[in-house]
Amino acid sequence: MLGDRQQLSYIAAQAADARLNLELETEGMTLNIGPQHPATHGTLRIIARLDGEQVVWAEPACGYMHRGYEKLAEVRTFPQVTTLVNRIDWLGSFANEVPFILAAEKLMGVEAPTRAQYIRTILFELSRIANVSLFLGDLGVQLGAITPVFLAFRDREYVLNLIESATGGRFHPNFDRIGGLKDDLPAGWIDETRAVMKKLRNFCDQIEDLLFGNEIFQSRTRGIGVIPRDVALQYGLSGANLRASGVDWDLRRDQSLPMMWNKADWKVWTHPDGDSFARCWIRLQETRESTKIVDQLLGSIPAGPVMAKVPKIIKVPEGEAWVSTENPLGEMGYYVVSRGDLGPFRVKIRSASFNNISITPWLLRGVYVPDIVTILASLYFILGDIDR
Amino acid sequence: MLPKSQSAEVRPLSSNSEITTPVVDTAREELLVAIKSSLGDAVVDSHLKPGDDIWIRVRNDAWQTSIKKLRDINSFDYFCFLSAIDWMPSPYGRGEDDPTEPAPQRDMTIRSGYAGGETRMQVLVRIVNSKTHIGLNVKADVADATPTIDSLITVFAGANWHEREAHEMFGIEFAGHPDLRKMYLPVDFEGHPMRKDFPLLARMVKPWPGIVDVEPLPGGDDSGDSSDGDAS
Repeated sequence: MLGDRQQLSYIAAQAADARLNLELETEGMTLNIGPQHPATHGTLRIIARLDGEQVVWAEPACGYMHRGYEKLAEVRTFPQVTTLVNRIDWLGSFANEVPFILAAEKLMGVEAPTRAQYIRTILFELSRIANVSLFLGDLGVQLGAITPVFLAFRDREYVLNLIESATGGRFHPNFDRIGGLKDDLPAGWIDETRAVMKKLRNFCDQIEDLLFGNEIFQSRTRGIGVIPRDVALQYGLSGANLRASGVDWDLRRDQSLPMMWNKADWKVWTHPDGDSFARCWIRLQETRESTKIVDQLLGSIPAGPVMAKVPKIIKVPEGEAWVSTENPLGEMGYYVVSRGDLGPFRVKIRSASFNNISITPWLLRGVYVPDIVTILASLYFILGDIDR
Repeated sequence: MLPKSQSAEVRPLSSNSEITTPVVDTAREELLVAIKSSLGDAVVDSHLKPGDDIWIRVRNDAWQTSIKKLRDINSFDYFCFLSAIDWMPSPYGRGEDDPTEPAPQRDMTIRSGYAGGETRMQVLVRIVNSKTHIGLNVKADVADATPTIDSLITVFAGANWHEREAHEMFGIEFAGHPDLRKMYLPVDFEGHPMRKDFPLLARMVKPWPGIVDVEPLPGGDDSGDSSDGDAS
């Protein structure tokens, strides 16, 4: 297999590099990063075995935030599960609800009204912007630049206000329902959103000037943590991490879901390099594209109801369904098994960060200690999304 | 602002004119034929939902070679996830039983899902073709007494953590996996929490208030902490 061979040649190269530094060889030490570390977005612990400044072996230790949502979902009814899944990727909560609701709707053979689909798509993209703008700010902090995070928190606030005014919840909207949405948009929301999207595009420009054009930033990220295409596919990487390795795959474009992404004109960005810079750059471009999607969809929301007619007590017919969407962190999917009961029989939550972080033992081998933080930052994970 | 209207009609999933689900899904049907020809008699059963997904079930002993063939011949090169399903209905229901009543009689017959199954537990992997974006769900039975199956770690390196998780949560042994340590739980944890006969302890120590409101309201009732246990 090509991936294995590439991995071997990578290790061999690193070993050769280490041999050159033979005179400087030091006794190995174990460095414990986390569970409380700003670069861990929660409580991920990385155990790294070092030889001097180089990582010989590194492995993340998960489980500091395991909440057992798959088990908890089995004792809840279908509408109750959205409260749980909100808390998987807590920065883009609304986006977590959508694939589960779509899976339940698929099993029931219900489809949300067009207006609800538009609002769903808009809120989905807003949660992406809220999520990724924090990434863009946080990225700077992890590489030693302080300013971007202030800009990010300032502008992210506008998006969170929008989400709050539409759904009532800043972080955990719990707004999506089987068959539609809980409520319609408040008055004046559309104009306000347009203004905020303008601000966010401005924010993207600022970040691009401040961070991506910065020489130090470039030298810290370019060529660091390169993931070749085959390795990315083998590990099941998704989202910006996959597209940064040159795979042109976006679930918003490449599958048919009752959502409205195909009504807007936008671009899926890919990058051939597969390094940390590419991953960050893709996310910046995605934020821009998201603001474009929101802008275009705002202009064409049709009138009508936001809730289809579904029974008060929801019983989902027997069957199995898999629905995944392109969430801020990558492919988020639910494999839902129903037994015709009030609640799901089994829910497998396929979260993006779990796969994205499972590559770190491979990726961190041979890198230098400061690059651990760069690589983890560029892979971008949320602990709740790993541990579930 | 647009008026809110409560009237709406139930529409089938395929009613969106842009996204029409064809009744005959030729792409997937052809793919299923191709899969069956490349896997031969390893395929026990299959299920196809037009416009949605394909499920196949392979023999336990042909698990690793089948996935390898699917990767190399049918170019399913993207590893999505691996997990397991315990098809036994939970003896505890949804944890909403009234503890003062005798336990209700439950139908404990094991019914498998799409593509059938003969055992209580099944391993499920989803792989996707990164060019056509068509996915495939592959299932395999694992024996009840000692649920064992070959590891996919040599086929897809990403299966590593997924198998560790399935081992921890369902107790499935993955032969050939180098490192089946616990992923989430403490090292001395006993049992496999995602098995259906593993009770959800939070619902055992305290009855679920959703079905009968057993919790006294704060300040509403001064007594009532005699039988409920922790009314502090």
